[in-house]
Amino acid sequence: MKALVTTWYKGVGAAAILCALALASVGCGGAGEKPTDVVLVTHDSFVISKDVKAEFEETSGFELRILQSGDAGELLAKALLTAGNPQGDVLFGVDNNLLSRALDGDLFEPYESPLLERVGDDYVLDPEHRVTPVDHGEVCLNYDKAWFSERRIEPPRSLDDLTDPRLDGLLVAQNPATSTPGLAFLLATVARYGEPGWQEFWHKLRENRVLVVDGWEEAYNVHFSGASGHGDRPIVVSYASSPPAEVIFATPRPSEAPTAVVEDSCFRQIEFAGVLRGARNEEGARELVDFLLDTRFQEDIPLSMFVFPVNPAAELPPEFETFAVIPESPLELSPDEIGANRDRWVKEWTRIVLR
Amino acid sequence: MSANAWRALTYGVPLAFLALFFLFPLVSILERGLLGSGESLAAPLDVLTDPLTREVVWFTLWQAVASTVLTVAVALPAAYVLGRYSFRGRSVAMAAVTVPFVLPTVVVALAFLAVLPERLERGWPAILIAHVFFNVAVVVRVVGTFWAGLDPRISEAAATLGAGPVRSLREVTLPLLAPALAAAASIVFLFSFTSFGIVLILGGPRYSTLETEIYNQAVRLFDLRAAAVLALVQLVFVALAVWAATRLEKKLAVEGRRGQERDVLRPLRTRNEKGLAIGSLGVLALFLGVPLAVLVERSLAVGDGYGLDAYRALSRSTNALLATPWEAVANSLFYAAGASAIAVVIGGLAAFAVAGSGRSGTQLLDGLLMVPLGASAVMLGFGFVITFDAPPIDFRSSPWIVPVAQALVAIPFVVRIVAPTLCAIDEREREAAAVLGASPGRVRREIDLPIASRALGVAAGFAFAISLGEFGATVFLARPDSPTLPVAIFRFLGRPGELNAGQAYALAVILMAVVAVSVLLVERLRALRIGWF
Repeated sequence: MKALVTTWYKGVGAAAILCALALASVGCGGAGEKPTDVVLVTHDSFVISKDVKAEFEETSGFELRILQSGDAGELLAKALLTAGNPQGDVLFGVDNNLLSRALDGDLFEPYESPLLERVGDDYVLDPEHRVTPVDHGEVCLNYDKAWFSERRIEPPRSLDDLTDPRLDGLLVAQNPATSTPGLAFLLATVARYGEPGWQEFWHKLRENRVLVVDGWEEAYNVHFSGASGHGDRPIVVSYASSPPAEVIFATPRPSEAPTAVVEDSCFRQIEFAGVLRGARNEEGARELVDFLLDTRFQEDIPLSMFVFPVNPAAELPPEFETFAVIPESPLELSPDEIGANRDRWVKEWTRIVLR
Repeated sequence: MSANAWRALTYGVPLAFLALFFLFPLVSILERGLLGSGESLAAPLDVLTDPLTREVVWFTLWQAVASTVLTVAVALPAAYVLGRYSFRGRSVAMAAVTVPFVLPTVVVALAFLAVLPERLERGWPAILIAHVFFNVAVVVRVVGTFWAGLDPRISEAAATLGAGPVRSLREVTLPLLAPALAAAASIVFLFSFTSFGIVLILGGPRYSTLETEIYNQAVRLFDLRAAAVLALVQLVFVALAVWAATRLEKKLAVEGRRGQERDVLRPLRTRNEKGLAIGSLGVLALFLGVPLAVLVERSLAVGDGYGLDAYRALSRSTNALLATPWEAVANSLFYAAGASAIAVVIGGLAAFAVAGSGRSGTQLLDGLLMVPLGASAVMLGFGFVITFDAPPIDFRSSPWIVPVAQALVAIPFVVRIVAPTLCAIDEREREAAAVLGASPGRVRREIDLPIASRALGVAAGFAFAISLGEFGATVFLARPDSPTLPVAIFRFLGRPGELNAGQAYALAVILMAVVAVSVLLVERLRALRIGWF
């Protein structure tokens, strides 16, 4: 029955009616021609500067087309649905929190870029090179410096401090079930306190009246006192790169960042790219992966996506040199451990914090 | 064109469109979800018997009913004033009311968080208030447009015969309005039933609708089967709601009360009338205006003061977009033009089919076309991804996929707005024309189309707005890197830094302006007698 239904609609449905409708630019042409473009499938946060994109197109001879769809979770869900017959040639935007899921789904064709030898081993999490690290960003507690100095309250220095009564009702965090930084922060507490330590920590955090919201946008732009919304919570879960952003995107530019990072709380997220299995343009896909590691693109990363390059040869922009903190030893968990426990941890967290 | 050919066209084209771009992807993804893993069919029952699911279904249902009732109550006085009286600024008011309807939910939710008192910030009251805010446009425009075409002499006759205003409203006006009212209410119900962004943000982490739960299962937990089961549950409820609504409309429809090509509007004469107009429109303006004003205020905030810095920053080509905001405006308008063209053609044909005769098939078509409004956008988006993927036809990365998905949401509006008007045309007019020797085609061209043109204009305006607001499955499609305004807003909102937030709000203000102006212009098209006929 299933086979019958599938044959019916694959055959009659798509081909005949679509071509008959002759919708422009659908491209009913034959397959097998040499592709002139390479398609990058990625999430909505991906940004590349125009001149950097042009440079790739010039050196490789391929037009770079970018398909964006939702956040990292939506991107992966769609990639899993189309495994083997992908929407593009390269996927960028799987992070270590979702990596095991992507590798289990058999999405990628192994490719070891020659540029990978410059990249530190810490970032190479797949020994088979199905995915290649491109950038890393740390999810950290941020705090509003002025709020604490005006009230002469000691700002947080560590995760432990969050359960201190002096910081009662000051933290806004995100729901790990719906938000990437929210999940990273939960993982940070798991990495720091282990089981069942993290559960106890969150019980205490709830007693200390943590506010949990759906996403980063709301937490940072509405509730955090140190950002545009001038909310009433001076501690927020955000990124290590947020303080330089508060300098760069302010008029007039302050001489000092208005917010600071709690280094002890940082959890590392690494974003990977990979050649998709079944890519139409495998040659172009490999060239694109190489380009993502090239210093030209790597130096574009901080100001376009607000994360850090993995290629140590890439120079950071001056604002990042001055105002960003790259944590020396961030908290980490292995992708396998995350993959095996993530859903259970989120469920338990929901029970402890929300119910 | 012969009557049979015409019938084949009006039924065939909408059905083919629906089959190809709705049923085919949706059935494919449900099939993959339910059977794809090769496990037995018994397992999905876990999801069905989970008490959490029952809780979610119950919440989804009652909040949708409550949102619908509240929306109708809030919108009806304004629909009356806009549908009965002519005054300066009437068409601007009609266009302005559309603005909230198209704003991205994230932006509106953030604005609501800023104005709602803290007690109301989280939970169902905030959800209901936001649903009313979004959907008021549907009732005001659908009902107001229909009201404007009603012959006022009937209620005047009732008054002459001694009926008081209340009795006249209850026994004359409401029965006449009922089809449009039912049409608008059923759309509001479906929108609230499948609400997603509002529930996530304003409901807080504790509230979820079927749609947010489907998203959670499909995207966060990668459990496609649970998502498919929930999507089926959602479809069953949507089918029931649509069935009930079409039956109600048929039962309520009163024929032959409409003949004017022009609206029958009166100037505001007495003090009572003026008071009523100012009162009802004023309350609505306040309710819709406060969150919008917050957005304007936010777009102007610079440090501790105010300025145009965010707008100035926008005019420089920015990194976050890969395009200037003006290109984003152009992209939005391009998609909107495509979507409304598709929706007006397909929906217009369907409206003729639905209004054409009392056959039972018409109800089915009408109902079928409504279903995409209430189907899971997440699952439909995924369906698109797995269906149009067979080389040589890879529709997945075509720019056309966006307007096609938007048209799916816009078509029911076109049908709902145009069909009641066509139904209400006095059959004797058509008969008279036929007796005088006009062919069926000529009757349609010279009687039906001029009367329907006003409704078609309003419908096109709605389709345009729906596309500008990025409704439905488009959110879950992969799209080429030509950002539209809502996409650009999301990108700015997703970055730290005061100027980025400012630019997001500034773009939201630009979106508001684009919506108001373009809806006004699209509706003017019909006055110029150009466009689709």
